[in-house]
Amino acid sequence: MTTAVKAQLAVAAAMFAAAPWVINAAPHEATMGLVYKIYFFHMPAAWMFMVAAIVSGVASARFLFAKRLASDATAVAAAELAVVFGLLALVTGPLWARKAWGVWWVWDARLTSSLMLFLIFVAYLLLRQFGGPGADKLSAGLALFGMANVPFIYVSVNYWRTLHPKTSVVPTLPVEMGVPLWFCVTAFLLLFLALLKMRATLERQRARVDALYLSYDEA
Amino acid sequence: MRYLRLLILATCVALPALATGQPAPSPDEFVPISQIPPEEQIPAINLVAAAYAFVWLALMGYVWSLGRRLQKTETDLARLERKGQ
Repeated sequence: MTTAVKAQLAVAAAMFAAAPWVINAAPHEATMGLVYKIYFFHMPAAWMFMVAAIVSGVASARFLFAKRLASDATAVAAAELAVVFGLLALVTGPLWARKAWGVWWVWDARLTSSLMLFLIFVAYLLLRQFGGPGADKLSAGLALFGMANVPFIYVSVNYWRTLHPKTSVVPTLPVEMGVPLWFCVTAFLLLFLALLKMRATLERQRARVDALYLSYDEA
Repeated sequence: MRYLRLLILATCVALPALATGQPAPSPDEFVPISQIPPEEQIPAINLVAAAYAFVWLALMGYVWSLGRRLQKTETDLARLERKGQ
């Protein structure tokens, strides 16, 4: 682990530790009251979920079409992070929905397409784990499908009937709600970048270990 | 045979619509209640605490797992490189 990654992790950890105080200072929302404060962790997790899917898709495209083998490690790292942050978004969302909507889950466009994206990246990881030879190319194709899903998830709340808040909520947030949100987004982004570097390093090291084992077997 | 295939195809297409059935009849009146039924009451603080606790624990667990996997691979790599020298 490099010093830069350690520093990023330390800053992110400090921000996560301070987050409860920053979030507590935000006022309650008029119709949802206290429960809307789940938003301050739910939305950054959902954004990192989509960012991870895009990073994995772009890296997979470079791996498939530009034959850049190093991009494969980034694609795997981002795919695993898409599953981690996707899980956070898909667990915190229903906890919020139960109080705000009266139900844990609705099969609307935003929630269903988010679940689909999560399942695509779970399939990606299963394919990498058990797919055998050629699984790297197949999973890269899967990541491209995942990336293509992201714009639909983002705009789904604006075009289809849903209970989920629209994308216009973020730009119209008052300052006292916006500050905690951007504080949490920064913490999640720092953590995401540090974890991406760590996970990509792990993948590269695993490739080196496999190559060394193969060279000893051949010798 | 062709008709049988068509029938199976039509059944498959229509099945989701049939499965959903008729929607519940619209209510004639709203009945007021003085209190929310106990099974409907979940304090917001429990949900907020559960959400934040889950995020914290999941992220800490992932960072720990990643650190452990990195350490194991570094050990393997060092061992193999020593073996090669």
